[in-house]
Amino acid sequence: MSRQITLAVALALIGVAAQAEVAPQEVAYGEYGAIETSLTGSPGDPKAGAEVMADRGLGNCVACHAVGALKEVPFHGEIGPPLDGAADRWTEADLRGIVANAKMTFPETIMPAFYKTEGFIRPGDGFTGKAGTEPLDPLLTAQQIEDVVAYLMTLREE
Amino acid sequence: GSAALATAATAQEANLVINDEIEIVTRAPAPEHMEYMSEVVSGWEYRSPETQALQMDDFENPGMIGVDNARADFETAMGPDDQSCASCHESPEALEGVRAVYPKWDEAKGEVQTLEMQVNECVTERAGAEPWDYTGDRMTEMVALISSVSRGMPVNVAIDGPAQETWEQGKEIYYTRYGQLELACANCHEDNYDNMIRADHLSQGQINGFPTYRLKNGALNAVHDRFKGCVRDTRAETFAPGSPEFVALELYVASRGNGLSVEGPSVRN
Ligand code: HEC
Ligand code: HEC
Ligand code: HEC
Repeated sequence: MSRQITLAVALALIGVAAQAEVAPQEVAYGEYGAIETSLTGSPGDPKAGAEVMADRGLGNCVACHAVGALKEVPFHGEIGPPLDGAADRWTEADLRGIVANAKMTFPETIMPAFYKTEGFIRPGDGFTGKAGTEPLDPLLTAQQIEDVVAYLMTLREE
Repeated sequence: GSAALATAATAQEANLVINDEIEIVTRAPAPEHMEYMSEVVSGWEYRSPETQALQMDDFENPGMIGVDNARADFETAMGPDDQSCASCHESPEALEGVRAVYPKWDEAKGEVQTLEMQVNECVTERAGAEPWDYTGDRMTEMVALISSVSRGMPVNVAIDGPAQETWEQGKEIYYTRYGQLELACANCHEDNYDNMIRADHLSQGQINGFPTYRLKNGALNAVHDRFKGCVRDTRAETFAPGSPEFVALELYVASRGNGLSVEGPSVRN
């Protein structure tokens, strides 16, 4: 019991030291949907980001977007625009906003919000078809969002 | 250029002919209530040539095994008076045309009924037997049989009169963005049909081919089970098969296929 408390306190302290993560409900979106500051306070890992983009259970971004640099991943979708050159079109802050909640940048877009936890109609418990209780876990963690943003920033054509 | 080609493609002869005999309309002008679309297309058009071929011959169509089971079941006695479907309906062929107009307003009950509800009405109220499971094999096979005798007839469900309120409710469900992914039926099947979503070629989500024999699960699939799967995939809480919401949705989706042929049991992946 006391060991668990000590551990919890220690973890909390590490958390504070590394700068508290920005919770989904607390994200500040700019007028056009951008998020200026990192959600974790530390830089993302583009390699981990590429994995999140391809993984069906995580971002599954390639379900909708083709990404030339991920051509070893099978079956890229055609629902959204190809992401090649995304970093030429958008700033890091723009991309963070698009991944966290694309509806702030493109109202009504079909693209799901990956860092949103409440305000859904008939939210489910994952893919079980059963009811879920809000706030849900976001589709991606703050770290995974930063990793994806770091990967998107490598997609340059110019 | 391509517009002229598209028109030519629309006007061509039926591509899907079953048993060299039953011509299936797989592309039709969109019904009037869908003024924003020009054409409605059967899910058959989006499947691979191999899958398409399975539906062209009843000996190749695995869904026809279910139809044969139901043909035998049509004669099976049920309830206290040992009645079978055949006691009251001479043969499955006597139910020709029925599939094409369901879901349909039932005057006596004062509600829109799906084919499954109608069959269960006969099973429970007329034969006095226990109701069949709404999406169980026995029911789905019977619905496949009733569909099979209407193949080639145009879907023609009524959406006005007393059915209109239910139809409006179904329409609202079709455009509601459910679940954590916030996706409506329309996002995939209206805005993005013919596009790939990962490995899946999106169709218009038509139900003229139900029940569908899916190669994926090797079974006949009921309409409400497919609805359930699609809602679940948006990370939403689904509605139950047979629920008023899915009945309304079925009427609405069926009406989006008015003009296509009844195709069930069809073959899909
Ligand atoms: C269900 C489909 C869908 C999924 C899944 C999806 N997107 Fe999108 N995305 C879109 C669409 C559609 C747009 C175009 C914006 C609009 O709706 O006008 C878009 C736009 C974008 C853009 C801006 C496009 C540009 O000009 O370069 C980026 C960047 C992006 N998405 C990244 C992602 C990432 C990263 C993921 C996964 C973590 C993802 N998307 C998942 C559908 C999707
Ligand atoms: C005891 C008599 C009886 C039995 C048994 C019976 N039915 Fe019926 N059925 C009826 C009557 C009466 C109607 C209503 C008449 C009508 O609407 O044409 C009806 C209507 C139907 C309809 C709707 C027809 C339409 O045009 O809308 C279907 C489908 C149907 N029955 C299927 C079945 C099946 C399948 C079974 C066996 C599982 C069955 N029935 C057993 C008497 C029976
Ligand atoms: C995220 C995308 C998505 C959403 C949202 C979605 N579906 Fe689907 N649906 C699919 C895919 C993928 C398939 C399989 C390929 C195909 O036939 O389109 C499918 C298949 C179907 C089919 C089978 C079509 C056939 O010919 O066999 C029906 C019917 C259907 N969907 C109805 C619906 C309805 C009704 C809704 C809303 C309640 C819905 N779908 C929501 C992706 C979706």
